[in-house]
Parts: sequence; C-alpha cells; structure tokens
Amino acid sequence: MQLAAAAADHIRLAASSGQLDLARWQFGITTVYHYFFVPLTIGLAGLVAVLQTAWVRTNKPVYLKATKFWGKLFLINIAMGVVTGIVQEFQFGMNWSAYSRFVGDVFGAPLAMEALLAFFFESTFVGLWIFGWDKLPKRLHLACIWLVFIGTMLSAYFILAANSFMQHPVGYAIDHATGRARLTSITEVLFQETAVTVAFHTLTACFLTGAAFMMGISAYHLARKRHVAVMRTSLRLSLVVAVIFGIGTAVSGDSLGKVMFRQQPMKMASAEALWETQCPAPFSVFAYGNVAKGHNSVELSVPGVLSFLSDSDFSSCVPGINETNHAEQQKFGPGDYKPNIPVAFWGFRLMIGFGMVSLAIGAVGLWLTRKRFWLSERLRAQRGDPDAVPLLALTKDRALGERLSPWFWRISLLTMLLPLFANSFGWIFTETGRQPWVVYGLFRTEDAVSPGVSFGEVLTSLVVLTALYGILAVIEVRLLIKYAKAGPPELSERDLHPPTRIGGPPSLPGPRAGGGDADRDEDRDDEDADRPLAIAY
Amino acid sequence: MHLYDWWFVIIAVLWVGYFFLEGFDFGIGILTKLLARDRAEKRVLINTIGPVWDGNEVWLLTAGGATFAAFPEWYATLFSGFYLPLLIILVCLIIRGVAFEYRAKRSGESWQRGWEEAIFWCSLLPAVLWGVAFGNIVRGVKLDRQHEYVGNFLDLLNIYSILGGVVTLLLFTMHGAVFAGLKTDGAIRVRSRRVSLISGSLGAMAALAFLIWTQFDHGTAAGFALLIVAALALIAALGCVHAGREGWAFTLSGTAIAAAVAMLFVSLHPDVMPSTLNPAWSLTVSNASSTHYTLVIMTWAACVMVPIVLAYQAWSYWVFRRRISTRDIPASA
Repeated sequence: MQLAAAAADHIRLAASSGQLDLARWQFGITTVYHYFFVPLTIGLAGLVAVLQTAWVRTNKPVYLKATKFWGKLFLINIAMGVVTGIVQEFQFGMNWSAYSRFVGDVFGAPLAMEALLAFFFESTFVGLWIFGWDKLPKRLHLACIWLVFIGTMLSAYFILAANSFMQHPVGYAIDHATGRARLTSITEVLFQETAVTVAFHTLTACFLTGAAFMMGISAYHLARKRHVAVMRTSLRLSLVVAVIFGIGTAVSGDSLGKVMFRQQPMKMASAEALWETQCPAPFSVFAYGNVAKGHNSVELSVPGVLSFLSDSDFSSCVPGINETNHAEQQKFGPGDYKPNIPVAFWGFRLMIGFGMVSLAIGAVGLWLTRKRFWLSERLRAQRGDPDAVPLLALTKDRALGERLSPWFWRISLLTMLLPLFANSFGWIFTETGRQPWVVYGLFRTEDAVSPGVSFGEVLTSLVVLTALYGILAVIEVRLLIKYAKAGPPELSERDLHPPTRIGGPPSLPGPRAGGGDADRDEDRDDEDADRPLAIAY
Repeated sequence: MHLYDWWFVIIAVLWVGYFFLEGFDFGIGILTKLLARDRAEKRVLINTIGPVWDGNEVWLLTAGGATFAAFPEWYATLFSGFYLPLLIILVCLIIRGVAFEYRAKRSGESWQRGWEEAIFWCSLLPAVLWGVAFGNIVRGVKLDRQHEYVGNFLDLLNIYSILGGVVTLLLFTMHGAVFAGLKTDGAIRVRSRRVSLISGSLGAMAALAFLIWTQFDHGTAAGFALLIVAALALIAALGCVHAGREGWAFTLSGTAIAAAVAMLFVSLHPDVMPSTLNPAWSLTVSNASSTHYTLVIMTWAACVMVPIVLAYQAWSYWVFRRRISTRDIPASA
C-alpha cells in the first residue's frame, strides 16, 4: 500500500514537473514565434510611414509604388502578429495562474493600458489604412499609418515595462496578509531605468529588423534588374536606417548590459560563462565547459573587455557564477540559482553576432551605394540614372565587378533573416538568464504554473498551438515570397488621385475635377456607387 | 459602492462592447454559409466587416487585460479553469483573423474555399463557446478554497450553459443578419430579412428561456428589469426587420444583446465566479480585486481612454458607412 502511495506521489510529482516544463516550452514557443512578427511589423510600419510621407510631400509615383509594395508585406506580417498576440494576452491566466495571482496587482495594469492605448489604435487605424486608400484624403490617410506606427511602439513599450518588472521589480510592496505583490507606484513600474533602456534597445532593434527585411528584398530585385526605381529608393532608405539603428541597437545594448550587470549579476556572469570572479575580467569569445563542475575546459577570451562592458573600466571586478550563486544562497536561502549556462552563453553571443553582422553589412552597403562621398565624376554620372541598378563603388574610381556584385546582392538578401535570429536569441538569453526566477528575487518559475491545469491539458495546447503555428508559418512565408517576388503594383489613375474629402470622388484631372456645388457633389457620389471598391477582401 | 464595484461595471461594459461588436462579426462569419449564395456574395459579407473586425476583437483583449488588472484572481481562475474551451476559442480567433486577411491574397479555388470554411467554423465555435463560458460563470463552477477550478472539461457542459451557447449562437446570427441588412445592398439585403426573422425568433425563444432560468436562480430586481428590456428589444427588433427599418433593427438587436449580457453580470454581482462547492469559496468583487491604488490608476486610464476609443472607432464606422453590394466587388482575386 505504502509503496503504491509513494509511486502515485512520484507520478504526480513527475507530472507536475512535466507540466512545468511543457508550460515553459509553450511560453517559449508562442513568444519567440510571436516575436518574429512584432519587430518586423514595428520596423515596416515606420518605413512605410516614411515612404508614404515622401509620396504625400513630393507626389512622385515611385514613393507611392514603394508604399503600396512594402505596405502589402507589412499587412501580411501584422495579421500574424495580431492573431498570435491574442494567445499572449491570455496564456498568463491559462498556464501561469499562480503567477497571475502573485503579480496581477502590478502586472495587469500595463497590460490593460496596452490594450486601451495601443491595441485599439493599431487595429482601428490599420483598418482605415487598408480600406481607406480611395476613401480618405491623402493627408488623413497618411496620418492613419503614422498612428498605426505609434500604436505599435506604444504597445511595445507597455509590454516591455511589464517585462522589466519581472527582470527588476520596482514600485511594489509585498502585502503582509496575502503574501502577494501590491503596486505602490505606477510611474516607477512604467519608467524605471530597466524599462526605458530595454525599450530603447528593443525598438532600435525593431527598426534594424525592418530595414534588413527591406534591404534583402530590394537586393533580390536589383540583382535581377527588376523594379529598379522603387528598389533603389528602398535600398538606400533601408541601408541608412539599418546603419543608424544598428548603431543605436549596439549602444543601447551596451547600456542595457551595464544595467543588467548591476541588477542581475548572475545573468551576465552566465552570459560570459565566467565561473570565478575576476579583476579585471576577460570577454569570452568562445567557451566550452562542464556546467556540473562549474568550470570551462576550453576558452578563448580577450582580457579586460568584460570589465569595460560591465562598468566602463578595464580593471574592475566582475563577480563570477560560483560567487554569485553563493551570494544568492545567502540572500534567498539554499538552492541553485544558476540559469542554463550554455543557453545564456550562446544566446548572448548569437544575439550580438547576428546583430553586429547585420549592422556591418548595412554599413558596407551604404558605402558601396554612396552617392557623392569619395566618388569620381565618372561613377557619379553613372549613378545619376534613376532607372539603372546602382553601381557598387568600392573605391573612388572602381566599382565591384561582374563577379563580386552578385555576391553583394546575395549576402544582402540573406541579411534579412539575421536580425530575426538576433531578436530571438536576445529574448531567449534574457528570459532564460533570469531563471530560476519568473520575477527576479521574488517569485520562482516553478511556483508560477497553474495548479489546477493538468499535464494533459498543457500537452494538448502545446501540441495544438505548435502545429497551428507551424502551418501558419508555412502559409505566411509562402505568401510573403509571392508578394515580395511580384514586386510593386502598377498604379491606376485612381491611386494617384485620392479623394479630397472623406468618401468623395477621386480628384481626377479633367472635367470632373474641381470644387463644384453641393448638388453636383451629391450626383457624383451616386455615380461613384457604381465604382467597385479599390480594396476588397 | 466601492471602487471594485465600479470596476465590475467597467468589465461588464467591456464584455457588452465585445459581444455587441464581435457579435455581428461572428454572425457575418456564420452567414457566409447561410445567406451568401455565391462567392461574390460571400465577399460582400466579408467586406462589410473587413475594415472593422480587428478593432472589434480588441474589446476582448481589453476585457481580458482589464480583468487581469482589476481582478487578478478572476483572470487567473477563469482562464486556467476554462482551459480547453478557451484554447478552442483562441485557435478559432487566430485562424479566423488570418482567414480574413489572407483569403483574397491568392486566387486559387482551394485556397479561397479553405479560408471560407475557416471563417464559417471559426465564427460559429466561439459564438457557441462564449455562451457556454458565460453560462458557467453565472451558474457557478467547482472552486476550491484557493479559488482554483477543480472540475473538468465535461463539468462545463451542462444544460444551462449549453442553452447559453445556443442563445449566443442564435442572437449573434440574428445580429449579423440585421447588420448585413444595414450594410449591404441588392438581393442579399432582401434575403437577410428572412434570416434575421428566423434566427431572431428562435433566438428570442432560447434567450427568454435562458434569462428566465437565470432570473429564477438569482432573482434580482435589476436583473428582472434588464430581462424585460432584452425581451422587448428583441421583439421590437424583429418588428423593425419586418417593417424594413434597418437602422432601428440593428440598434434594437444590439440593445437586446447588451441587456442580456448586462443581466448576466447583474445576476452575478457581488460574485465574479461563484463556487458550487462552498459559497464561502466563491470569488467575489472584493476578494478577487486589485488594491485600491491599482484600481484608481486603472480608473483614470479607462475614463480617459474609453471615450477616445469610442470616438475614433465610431468615426471609422462612419468612414465605411456606405452599403456594399456585389457590384462593388472587384473581379480580381
């Protein structure tokens, strides 16, 4: 009997730890997946808004074509971002009810504000933007895409503030009666250093992601000498954005690193596989070690650099994993406070690596396609033709030849994937690096799962969502490829002449144009009733 | 009235907004099979909600987020307790959203047919399941001392909650048909009347049975008043459909849904999720709510933002106010 009871206990324990693992896998899969679409959406929204602004200000059709082309790819993306976001909103309650009870008083507020301020904004104005081409005056329609863009950034900010509370809890007190977190200052939660820094890092990375996407597809067409006018413009825009925001990502990443060295020394020690405290500490380029014994067997490192990264001084001490673990045991009681070291170590490196390579390729591209700087008259003259593929000028008087140019375009095409990998590894690093905590120093992941949800239920949702996401990924990527390959649309007269008032007729030149009296406007509306919708699902 | 009582009202308002708006979205999705006779008519229906369905769905996300912020215990118990039904709803909302956006992006027959099937089923299932879920919330579920749901999936399927599912299905179908009458033109507009009348009559009977049952179980005066409002609005809506007063019909069918949802919330108060195991273990507005400070912050956010949201959402409906008919549908895709 006792044996059976012990066995039953054992099974229950195994199932509950299995449930924890599955819930963690589910959160990881759904969140990483969701985050493929988010940065692309934010980045592309901004780029499309810039292109459409150029169209409204200059009336050059090339900008309208570019807006429509990138806008379509943006819409294919935002659709996936929106629908996968629904799961994000509810899975805290589904799989992590104990967590939701513990932090709800603090964590719920930014989530609700995100919905109220950002989601309504994005969704309403994206609808107006999609269907408003032939209904809204030019400037009002332009305002819609800017509002969508602002909405996506607001949304990012609120959820990053909520995540920052998990990384570095502030503005709360632990309630004596319930033992749960209680909000004491919303401004601290929303505007703490961690939130502001991480928002800066994340948003710059989003623009780098969008720019790399634009760069890759522009390069694809330019290599084939197709849609040259639109793709030239897009390429230049994306290269400038990639370089500016690539540098911004690096700089903000550096400040975020410094914040994390102070707030979560364990995460940063793990990021470096720095087992013992060192003064000065080296930056590890490569390491292979034994996690159980707590040391590296092979290591390649640059002396002093980690000290500099942690607080801008080449000689300062950086606490190692073993010492930090010991310090946390003193503080939080016995236990193992180490995250998964190889995941943190490689996640950190791949994030930086992929990000830096995208920035470097952007910089090289910007140099090769430069328009004026250090360029001979001969090459500058060849640049002048807007319908020619830009020459790739290596030095003042020499362009890349027939053999090397295609390689530049190929590498640029592949670059579009690199920031996506960097983003994913960054999140995998920062979220697994915080383990075993779900809220750093306050609440452990193992205590956060829903006690009432069974192993089978989590398994079901994990399998269903993973399968669904897999199928949708195939559909989405194929659709993106189809529309990316198709290139910009041909413009009609109606596209070029949007109405001058809401729901009015197109402002076509000729006899129909002009103000006219109210009666005639009414007539025209009736005529327009026969006109099919410019955009229909 | 405490601040958490007001928040109970705000949550109720968000759900009313959600069911009012996505109610007709679901209805339109269901009608793609019941009302549309060919692909062009299907497209007419889909395009009546094309620009607005996403904004309508955000009411759900806001209701979820606001529940998390104002009643964390309710959020935690509800979504972990109703795990599988919620999963089905989420899966449907994902597929349905993608279906609206992707259906016209390829012209292949099987591609479009596949997404059309998805739009129908993924509108129908949530329309039923929301009714089942709310039926269970009002009826009460097995909550233990820690407010954890200890029942299983089958416990959620009882006659009362299934009746609730039938009610939402029929009312949303009617609401969608009335909306189609308001937003379309041509043959489909004429035919929408018949569907409105049939689904509305059946929906009125089911809704009355469900609401009277609720009234017997909970028996509040305000609930009774709302029951009367819902009943009268439904009957008047049917009358207006018959008389061809489409604007009034839509206002009234919306009023009926709003009154019915409000009645459920009135019957629930002061509980938010009653426990059938022991009334002392029920989640209530006071034991499920956030602290006063959080509620004050959220009150400010809601009071500033909800009117603004309503204003620009209403504006987007105004921009797309024109009726759509098969003549408006471009031939391509």
